[in-house]
Amino acid sequence: MFPSRFDYKSPTSLEEAISLLSAHEDAKVLAGGQSLIPMMKLRFAAPAMLVDINNIPGLDQHGAQSDGSYRIGALVRHADLEKSKTLGDHQPTIAAAAPLVADPIVRTRGTFVGSVCHADPQGDWASCMVALDGSIVAQGPNGRRTIAVDEFVAGPFQTVLAADEIAVEAIIPPASGTRKGGYLKLERRVGDFATAGVALSLEMSGSTVAKAGIGLTGVGSATISATEAAAALVGSSLDDATVDAAAEAAAAATSPRSDHRGSADYKRHIVATFVRRLLAQHQPAEAKVA
Amino acid sequence: MALDEIKIGGLGASRKRVEDNRFIRGKGNYVDDVVLPGMLHMEILRSPLAHARIKSIDVSGAWAIPGVRLVLTGEMMAARNLAWMPTLSYDTQAVLATDKVRFQGQEVACVIADDPYVAKDGCEAIVVDYEPLPPIVNPTQAMAPDAPLIRDDKVNQVDNKVFDWEVGDKEGTDRAFAEADVVSEIDMHYPRSHPSPIEACGSIADFDRSTSKLTVYMTTQAPHIIRAAVSLVAEIPEHMIRIIAPDLGGGFGNKVPVYPGYVASILASILTERPVKWIEDKSGNLISTGFGRDVYLKGQVAMRNDGKILGVRMHTESDHGAFFSDAQPSKFKIGLMHSAFACYDIPNAHLTATGVYTNKAPGGVAYRCSFRVTEAMYFQERMIQAAADDLGMDQAEFRRVNLVRDDDFPHRTPFGFLTDSGQYEKCLDIGLEAIGYADFKQEQEEARKRGRLLGIGISTMTEPLGAGNSREYDILGIKMFDSAELRVHMTGKAILRTGAKTQGQGHETTWAQIVAHELGIPADDIVVEEGDTDTAPFGMGTYASRSTPVAGAAVAMVSRKIRAKARKIAAHLLEVSEEDVEWELGRFYVRGAQDRGVSIQECAMAAYSNVPDGMEPGLENNAYYDPPNLTWPFACYIAKVEVDPETGVWDVLKMVAVDDCGVRINPMIVEGQIMGGLTEAYAMANMQFITFDEDGNCIGSNYMDYLLPTAWETPGFELHEVVTPCPHHPIGAKGIGECATVGGPAAFVNAVMDALKHTGVRNIDMPLLPDRVYGALTTGSDISGMPPVKTEA
Ligand SMILES: Cc1cc2nc3c(=O)[nH]c(=O)nc-3n(C[C@H](O)[C@H](O)[C@H](O)COP(=O)(O)OP(=O)(O)OC[C@H]3O[C@@H](n4cnc5c(N)ncnc54)[C@H](O)[C@@H]3O)c2cc1C
Repeated sequence: MFPSRFDYKSPTSLEEAISLLSAHEDAKVLAGGQSLIPMMKLRFAAPAMLVDINNIPGLDQHGAQSDGSYRIGALVRHADLEKSKTLGDHQPTIAAAAPLVADPIVRTRGTFVGSVCHADPQGDWASCMVALDGSIVAQGPNGRRTIAVDEFVAGPFQTVLAADEIAVEAIIPPASGTRKGGYLKLERRVGDFATAGVALSLEMSGSTVAKAGIGLTGVGSATISATEAAAALVGSSLDDATVDAAAEAAAAATSPRSDHRGSADYKRHIVATFVRRLLAQHQPAEAKVA
Repeated sequence: MALDEIKIGGLGASRKRVEDNRFIRGKGNYVDDVVLPGMLHMEILRSPLAHARIKSIDVSGAWAIPGVRLVLTGEMMAARNLAWMPTLSYDTQAVLATDKVRFQGQEVACVIADDPYVAKDGCEAIVVDYEPLPPIVNPTQAMAPDAPLIRDDKVNQVDNKVFDWEVGDKEGTDRAFAEADVVSEIDMHYPRSHPSPIEACGSIADFDRSTSKLTVYMTTQAPHIIRAAVSLVAEIPEHMIRIIAPDLGGGFGNKVPVYPGYVASILASILTERPVKWIEDKSGNLISTGFGRDVYLKGQVAMRNDGKILGVRMHTESDHGAFFSDAQPSKFKIGLMHSAFACYDIPNAHLTATGVYTNKAPGGVAYRCSFRVTEAMYFQERMIQAAADDLGMDQAEFRRVNLVRDDDFPHRTPFGFLTDSGQYEKCLDIGLEAIGYADFKQEQEEARKRGRLLGIGISTMTEPLGAGNSREYDILGIKMFDSAELRVHMTGKAILRTGAKTQGQGHETTWAQIVAHELGIPADDIVVEEGDTDTAPFGMGTYASRSTPVAGAAVAMVSRKIRAKARKIAAHLLEVSEEDVEWELGRFYVRGAQDRGVSIQECAMAAYSNVPDGMEPGLENNAYYDPPNLTWPFACYIAKVEVDPETGVWDVLKMVAVDDCGVRINPMIVEGQIMGGLTEAYAMANMQFITFDEDGNCIGSNYMDYLLPTAWETPGFELHEVVTPCPHHPIGAKGIGECATVGGPAAFVNAVMDALKHTGVRNIDMPLLPDRVYGALTTGSDISGMPPVKTEA
């Protein structure tokens, strides 16, 4: 690989990293490098400096907090999540998505937070974040701020991060009730980006849905939050009519384009099908029989 | 006592591949590993447009960058008569564009610099002013009456047609169709694919002014042909050219042609008087080098009600891209397309073929096959399935009725080839048994009632492997034989060189096994060397599964020459007449006194220390082998699939392969070839294609778009074996490197079609992406052509 010329710094503290970003125009954070490096290889990106955050301690932890929230540090790799034995108990949506992101090689380097920062409409993690109502904690010269993910992602490959801000962690808020959820992705081959992907989050109070979120991958010019579909679920016990309504609403929320992965109509159909399949896993036994 | 052949690594031994020793230790020596003193680096600037006139090229920006040593443009090439080069199909191809660019990714300029980073910077600093022209991306557009002329560089070219060609018996076939009870018709497309070896192309040209010698390290499957071509194109005397093909990271047909990068690096070395290295990246490889397939078919089968096929008609339209550079050595414009239906007893056949130019990369290489045989066999087996369905006959039974019988050899194929051996029905029976065909109809019926879609697809075929025989096959007039040279040292160890070039096939392992079989020298005592034109005997290289049929035969023949001389030496040592000397593996002995003998190693020592009077000392020889015919391996591939009716996703439940490639030199390597081939077949059927949007942008020029299957999704394969020795090959072997890639795709597609049969769908063109399968299922109609592609706004 022969990228354009660039400077490389590898600070060992957040403060140092932030001051490097402040002091140098066109400097970019390097996390797992699984999106940035390929773009530099193709010379689609030609940053003047890379600020490698991999040597900053304390960013590689993820886990449930005492307040019930779940935090994922900026250097937590896809593979860390995939291999975690406890993640599934707390975050079934993320646990279901982890083995479906990219391929095993990319997963050992790529980071959860880096993926959200990359804001690729085909990124799987942003859909999970959207479904789970997550936020990103950003740190800059003036301290930290917490940004809800739908605000954080400003468009395709765009976030509201300032040039000298670093996303230090992702936060998933505590669930009201029992957390359920899942992720389904249609891909042509392992390591392919989604033809279509659906992230589902349910917070159940008994057999009733207290809160729901649905994030859609690869079916629009940005990650889609299917809010109407999610709203349709709230208060229901996931009866068939509700499931159908949610599936249709989710499909209606998409604006896919026809490409070599599939036609727009097909992608819409897959979204509806996957919403149904995900919800079927959580339908009470009676509803399934009916 | 004769040696144990398996113990010495002879025929039939699943000997571990000796080349793997260095490959798995990272000690392979590929072109990019070669570093020469003072070496410069070359990078190619490619056209972003599919069709455009070049108004001007400003290279001053590149020259201004420190470290840039040379910038080459088409104009500079033209000044040296090198702007165009001949192709293997008697056309011309631009080395660097002068007048127009004719496909996206075409080579426009080269920057040669101190390191590859600077070379790339230099390319970015070149400003080309293009005047866009309307691009042509398929045969229909190409043949439209008002289509813009792509090849306006050619004097007599008035349209975008490359050729019209036909073969077979038109009248006889017309009569057969007139007499038929049922005629089955089907149209389809074999999409453009790419051989995509993991190592892309590259070269290091090193012209030494003091000796006038040009040495080129090159990723080539055919070093000797390249030497001849370079000599002709660059007008350098042949003895002053040395081509070295070191380890190759795969070829699959991609590394047969001469590419502009090779030529440019040679000129750059001559001009700079320094070694110039060019290493293509994956995108460059996918977008500009020899693709495979891209052929449309209209097929017709005429049958009697009892299933007997009376005749077939095929019309193909092939898309060759901007230059007709099909890498094929036959006299036939559309390669060996007319090897179709070779395994069936069909009295009449007629094929017409039209080739067109488009604004797409040139190539038409034989991607893991003999020259369009993959298309031929895919079309054949899809036509057979459609015909069986149209007739309402069981697909296995339909094949059984029409397959050539064991006692029918030699057999003249519908288009006139001569096949010589096989046990077709036996292979079919083994396959059907292994897949559980007897119970399948019921299983399929019951599954369908529960909303599950199951299907079985069969593909049976024999294909012509091992070009040539020199009567019919040549490359630019050079006949398609091959060679081997064997030197046995005085201690009985040996070095073998051939004119072939291994690139994953395992020649270093298997050639030694042939020598071991013929001479009883343990395979471990023989080194095999290929790929250096200064040391290897002349040969035509490795592709089209020709190495075992041709070079492998030469290895056996040269070994026999050595044995003949050793026999004379043995007679001398044993003090008997030659007629009284008998051979058993590894030793000669006196007839009637088996304990009085000498080993081949003792003969070798004597060849250098104690030769009979009048005999030339030494024990070495060479052999050129011109095969009397192609070899015809047979294969039966059967896939069982399940289609998800909600998504169109299909899974392979079981895949059975029955291969008859004659005698197996190294069964493990044969199995590896079949596994690899089936994997590629699965990729073709399931996910792989290169397509173009209406502006001529190539979709599939990187590994995110062009999918190579991984171990995750590739199904398991169950392999079976039948052995019918090749009657004319010295050790009875037939080609095997490509059978599975050739015959495999139809098995998968036929299986999905079988699962969808109840909907009336007769064809979905590859790749069978889930959305296409789902679309066919829900609409009940065929899905043809390339998957839809829109340019992003
Ligand atoms: C072959 C391949 C297949 C892939 N398939 C998929 C897939 O199926 N699904 C999927 O979701 N992704 C896929 N990816 C992308 C992969 O998941 C990336 O790892 C991820 O998108 C980016 O994470 P990273 O840590 O590698 O970020 P990097 O590449 O290091 O950075 C990406 C961008 O985010 C910025 N950035 C990163 N971290 C921070 C931070 N902490 N603060 C501020 N800015 C930051 C960088 O400056 C850069 O602009 C694939 C990648 C490859 C190479």
